[in-house]
Amino acid sequence: MKSHYPLVIIGAGPAGLAAATTASEHGIETALLDEQPAPGGQIYRNIESMPTQRAELLGSEYQRGEKLVQLMRSSNTHYFSDASVWSLNGQLELGVLHQGRAHLIHADQVIIAGGAQERPVPFPGWTLPGVMNAGAGQILLKQSGLVPSDGVVLAGSGPLLLLLAWQYLNAGVDVKAVLDVQPMSNWLRAAPYLPKALLAHHYITKGLRYKRDLKAAGVLTRHGVKDLRAIGGGHVQAVDYIHRNKLYSIKTPLLLTHFGVIPQTHLSRAASCAHEWNTAQQCWRPVNDVWGATDIKGISVAGDNAGIGGARTAEHNGRLAAFNAIHQMGHISQGERDKKAKKDLRWMKDELLIRPFLDAMFRPPSIMLTHPTDEEILCRCEEVTAGDIRKVLEEGHQTPNAVKFHTRCGMGPCQGRQCADSVAQLIAYETGTNPRDIEPYRVRPPVKPITIGQLAGMEQNSEE
Amino acid sequence: MKSDVLIIGGGLMGACTALYLAKRGVKSIVLDKDHSGRHASGVNAGGLRKLNRNPAEIPLTVEASRIWSHIQELVDSDCDVKLSGQVRVAESDADMELLETRAALVRELGYEHEQMINRDKLYELVPALAPHCLGALWCEDDGFARPYHATTAFRRKAESLGADFHSHTALNALEREGDNWLASTHMGEIRAPVVVNASGAWGARLASTIGDQIPVKPGAPTLMVTERLPHFIDPVVGAASRKLSFKQMQNGTVIIGGAHMARLDMVNERSEIDYRTMAESARTVTTLFPQMADARIVRFWAGIEGFTPDHIPVIGPSINAPGLFHAFGFSAHGFQLSPVVGRILSELILDGQSSLPIEPFRADRFPTG
Repeated sequence: MKSHYPLVIIGAGPAGLAAATTASEHGIETALLDEQPAPGGQIYRNIESMPTQRAELLGSEYQRGEKLVQLMRSSNTHYFSDASVWSLNGQLELGVLHQGRAHLIHADQVIIAGGAQERPVPFPGWTLPGVMNAGAGQILLKQSGLVPSDGVVLAGSGPLLLLLAWQYLNAGVDVKAVLDVQPMSNWLRAAPYLPKALLAHHYITKGLRYKRDLKAAGVLTRHGVKDLRAIGGGHVQAVDYIHRNKLYSIKTPLLLTHFGVIPQTHLSRAASCAHEWNTAQQCWRPVNDVWGATDIKGISVAGDNAGIGGARTAEHNGRLAAFNAIHQMGHISQGERDKKAKKDLRWMKDELLIRPFLDAMFRPPSIMLTHPTDEEILCRCEEVTAGDIRKVLEEGHQTPNAVKFHTRCGMGPCQGRQCADSVAQLIAYETGTNPRDIEPYRVRPPVKPITIGQLAGMEQNSEE
Repeated sequence: MKSDVLIIGGGLMGACTALYLAKRGVKSIVLDKDHSGRHASGVNAGGLRKLNRNPAEIPLTVEASRIWSHIQELVDSDCDVKLSGQVRVAESDADMELLETRAALVRELGYEHEQMINRDKLYELVPALAPHCLGALWCEDDGFARPYHATTAFRRKAESLGADFHSHTALNALEREGDNWLASTHMGEIRAPVVVNASGAWGARLASTIGDQIPVKPGAPTLMVTERLPHFIDPVVGAASRKLSFKQMQNGTVIIGGAHMARLDMVNERSEIDYRTMAESARTVTTLFPQMADARIVRFWAGIEGFTPDHIPVIGPSINAPGLFHAFGFSAHGFQLSPVVGRILSELILDGQSSLPIEPFRADRFPTG
């Protein structure tokens, strides 16, 4: 790894792959850093070495990643697998851990394409062993073809839940139930956006197909589920829920939950980029323009990292960010940039048609986001409960940073990724403010794990 | 608003001053432009160290140590104090000589708290230490506490006795009005006959507005903390010829410091960690504790603190203005001193003199021009 690259792209998902290919094609020396052993990101994980049979059950959307990866591979991109970025500052200095060795490198332009993370939503029993994120279930399926052997209940909201249920069905898994917690009122909320959304119908037809197949296979599907609870002593044994005012219980050794995805904001925060609360998507995202440019010179964001838009949008996002970076570095004029970006800009316009519908449709019920019971754990690392937080709120410490100081909430190894949003929403609700007006946790480096020994070894190899 | 005393800065020094004043029935208003403990007071390494102090600080540190060992009586909280000692290890003959000279100096001044210990005693105290060390300087009743808890405890106790804290209240202007000081803030004017400048890294700026030029510069010493590890060490460890402060907290995390400075942007009050110096710090750690190599770093951070040219604080009356006292510039080792500084300030204000020698900390000791 060199100590300087004109362009550094973080993340080899659809946005990062498209950006790297575009920049390399324009003769820009580009480093593409990715944590995984192979390119593709979460969505096209393991795409290069996926057995045909498993690829088929994952669906045609998954196979789309193959071409993206091929194009990057055949470009001049300096691709580094097993490379995590543990620090990024406003001077475009990056701390990188590549195959266990720490480097400090510099860039003239940085595109953060780190993707999304699943939205952590606390509910009773969510920390029990046997309760996992649906995303983790999908990783096991893509990476090693592992599926639940004793059946599974899927619960939550959002497109991934439906997709995973469909993929499991194809893989012969006993899907005991799909419990959809979206309130019925989401239909009303989403309805005004439907006519425009139909103009970008490929999303909607896909979703309908999954639903049809699940129904045909006789999978129990419940809409408008309330009071979701994972029940069990040392391990989950059952899932309780209320449907149409009646209490139900399903025995299961595994509960996979999903409540949509939110942008990974740790790197952009560490670099002190401005962030805004997005009410439609109920999360923070970096403030960025159509090119993905943030308020920090030289740093842009692309793909889900910039705001949730899905894999197809991420490709266009990535190219837009690359065209702009190439322009910023003086290789093409503004007019050339705009001309090259025409197709991608048009896609972004279409995306604006469908996104409001999806955001409204898949919005998790606000009661789950703002009303955790006192005994629910919000911070898994430091085991801080909603009750602990309410106590310090009563004492007058009413910002996430003050709560953190007093309770250690968010100070564990996950760096607050699991509790930042829950804490902000709880504070907003309890103090009658809008999450928009709440200053989130200050993010401290390292944003990815690094050991004392790895840091100690840094100086010697940073000039290679 | 009116008050007997107006304290600028709600950190450790300000909170302790308010507490000792309140104990003697004197009301104070305490202003903080952020909130109590936002900067150096809340985010420091929490060392309770008499070991290796500047001789001028020894009378204060010894008294402070006595207060910390009974901190519960003062603030109704144990502040998570753990008095498990501090050692300063020697890794060479030259180090040993350095430490022996130091021990002799402290003995000559009439104090017994810094003791030389041999290799056997050192490894009995710190079995986890790499085997190359030769001995150490040892202060048995030193230790550490949790700074944010301590700052909060001092503030709460002071509040319970009548002190009036206002966070997010910056001092916009300070001027004389007859026998009073007149302070303007967003919540209105405050009048008080006495003002205490306990504003840390911002202390010199405040001092200059009333005509005291004191060369205290802001700096941002960096700390790092690891994930929780099984308990393996009790004393705080420093080294004779390295920049290091190494301690395992009650929850198992290890806090590592060594006065490595972050790059500070004082306008935006932001600091950027300098990872080259952190790498140096990590090498010091792996040299003295090789088993730490696999420990994950959870966080780097830097607090903003005021530093004097001679690295001892400014404590005492203003050079030019009546009724104003300074207590700042603790140069990253004020935590342990804070209760005694609070007491001294209350004495200066109420009795006109300090019960402990503070001549070396005069505000006018620095050459002018």
